[in-house]
Amino acid sequence: MSIAAKEAGARQESDVVLRYLRPHVKFPNMWCPGCGNGVVATSLIRAIDKLGLDRDNVVLVSGIGCSSRMPVYLDFQALHTTHGRALAFATGVKFSRPDLKVIVITGDGDSLSIGGNHLIHACRRNIDITTILINNYIYGMTGGQISPTTPPGAHATTTPYGSAEKPFEACDLAKGAGATFIARTTVYHTTQMDRLMMEAIQHKGFSLVEVISNCHTYYGRLNRLGQATALLRMFQEKASVQDKGTNMVDDRTKDMIPTGIIHRDSEKTELCDEYQKLIDSLAKGKPA
Amino acid sequence: MNKPSAVETKTRVIKKSKIDYSQGPPPVSINAAWCKACNICISLCPQNVLAADIEGKPVVAQEENCIQCGACWTHCPDFAIKSNYK
Repeated sequence: MSIAAKEAGARQESDVVLRYLRPHVKFPNMWCPGCGNGVVATSLIRAIDKLGLDRDNVVLVSGIGCSSRMPVYLDFQALHTTHGRALAFATGVKFSRPDLKVIVITGDGDSLSIGGNHLIHACRRNIDITTILINNYIYGMTGGQISPTTPPGAHATTTPYGSAEKPFEACDLAKGAGATFIARTTVYHTTQMDRLMMEAIQHKGFSLVEVISNCHTYYGRLNRLGQATALLRMFQEKASVQDKGTNMVDDRTKDMIPTGIIHRDSEKTELCDEYQKLIDSLAKGKPA
Repeated sequence: MNKPSAVETKTRVIKKSKIDYSQGPPPVSINAAWCKACNICISLCPQNVLAADIEGKPVVAQEENCIQCGACWTHCPDFAIKSNYK
């Protein structure tokens, strides 16, 4: 293939991101230099572009936090809500307009601590929402307090001698609560992230993609892990890419990060479909 | 803290790219106004194409080595790098 043909065929691949940014927003973005949120944003754009979705039919819902600034920059329908309540608002959007693709961008503190109940009940209802949980192990925006996912022994501004608490496993929590598509990836594995986001958006039912991200400004600095590049190298070493489209064997030995599709269930019925069935049966005059 | 990791100590033989960049545009373009000099692209490039300027922002130093792997622009958090060939 000649260079000209390559140029014509795949040009939108690398600058596709620029077509989906809001034109009137001031750039560069507000995230710290090297923050993984921007990597997740570009990956999400590539996934939506590859799926060929109309940008007017995609709703990005977010709460409060560093990661929740993402809908400010991306030119989709946006709903910027109160702290932790992104999934509650997204449930309302999806319930009233089931034709829309609803994507929730949330952080570990936003979705597991403040909005923990909204997460488990959205999982339980199995409503067709894609949740992208950016997990950086710490509260970044408010100044480096420990979050529900901070590993034991890790330092934060509220735990200067190391955390004594046990962390949440967001994927296990969602699986126990009844989510039907659960995947984990890191910001280093961008190709895998593109693929998992595409599968999560296409999945009918509640889907959760946990993206392990780097907060070198607080987590990396307080734990002496180095800059953004050092944290990315750490994810590269620690991640065990195991899935090949099937349910994955969980390998949590030696402090590894198992990545890939963790759980997928295509049997469970989706909430909007069930509700429509109920409406139809009542319209015929007999309760279901 | 600063000791090189197992991944970084792997040596890699750098070969010249098959694409001839001398005629067309450079392999990657960098939007310096949006770049925040986080060093990710320079560090992740397997072919040592990019080098830091005095502000820490990347410049294309050895364009003949670029194999268009996409490691720089898929990992750029500031939407500042694009490939001219992909």
